[in-house]
Amino acid sequence: MKDKKQDKNYRKWWFLLGVIVLYLAVWLFSSEIIIKSLQFFLMIIKRIIPVFILVFVLMVLINYFIKPKRIVNYFGKKAGIKGWIISITAGLLSTGPMYMWYPLLNQMQKKGVKNRFITAFLYNRAIKLPLLPLLIFYFGWAYTIILTMVMIIASVFQGIIVEKILEV
Amino acid sequence: MKKATLEQTAFKAAKSLYSMFPIILGIILLISLVNVIIPKTFYSSVFKGNILTDSFIGSFIGSISAGSPATSYIIGGELLKQGISLIAVTAFLVAWVTVGLVQFPAESMLLGKKFAVIRNIIAFIFSMIVAVITVLILGVL
Repeated sequence: MKDKKQDKNYRKWWFLLGVIVLYLAVWLFSSEIIIKSLQFFLMIIKRIIPVFILVFVLMVLINYFIKPKRIVNYFGKKAGIKGWIISITAGLLSTGPMYMWYPLLNQMQKKGVKNRFITAFLYNRAIKLPLLPLLIFYFGWAYTIILTMVMIIASVFQGIIVEKILEV
Repeated sequence: MKKATLEQTAFKAAKSLYSMFPIILGIILLISLVNVIIPKTFYSSVFKGNILTDSFIGSFIGSISAGSPATSYIIGGELLKQGISLIAVTAFLVAWVTVGLVQFPAESMLLGKKFAVIRNIIAFIFSMIVAVITVLILGVL
């Protein structure tokens, strides 16, 4: 498991190295393209650094005060509207890559947690509270609020549909 | 379980951001290069403003991609500035996290093949529906 994680970390750096090699290759044909690209790159970096500082602060605060794993354990015990609220909230607050959550969700599934709640949890992982400043920065407040609301409602429908199909 | 200190939590958050660093940097470098090389007219020829095709292409690209949502926000935001329709970008953002072709083997192994197949197909369809509804509401407001 650790080796797999390390392998994935290496792959990220290989990706960056690959892009740098691509830049060097393009440089051989046209230095003008690379200069213009780097200017554009710096412009984006300058714009998003303050947003990432805010993202960092939110990540610290959310991780410090809220424990999504504890909430996930709780949604196994609740059904009905409470079950929906807890699975949606846990999805919104969960952090880290998706594959990290599969073993825990697998245990929940074995304990009899409804697939509708697992589906809603997975769907709401698309909205990450600490990353909202970045979404607002690019798309604005109105878009962020509407998308979040639509996704929360969609997760309920998705949960119901997936469960109904699984029952067939 | 012992409660983590604020320093430990900050360290964990910094580590998490650091792990995103090479991908985000690489993606921004790629976007910058593409921005210079590919003319903006290319995007308007692919994304013609058709609700169905735009959302389908957006969802498809989002489905075969994976990574932190932060990366998808940056790609989506920059693509929007290139003139790609908001519907395509929204479908892309939603499918990026909700449809996991890359994670499919793990999901299938741990949560069941049938569950994984159905969940991903429905999530793909929903990414298009969510995109259309979001943009329509935004247009009304």
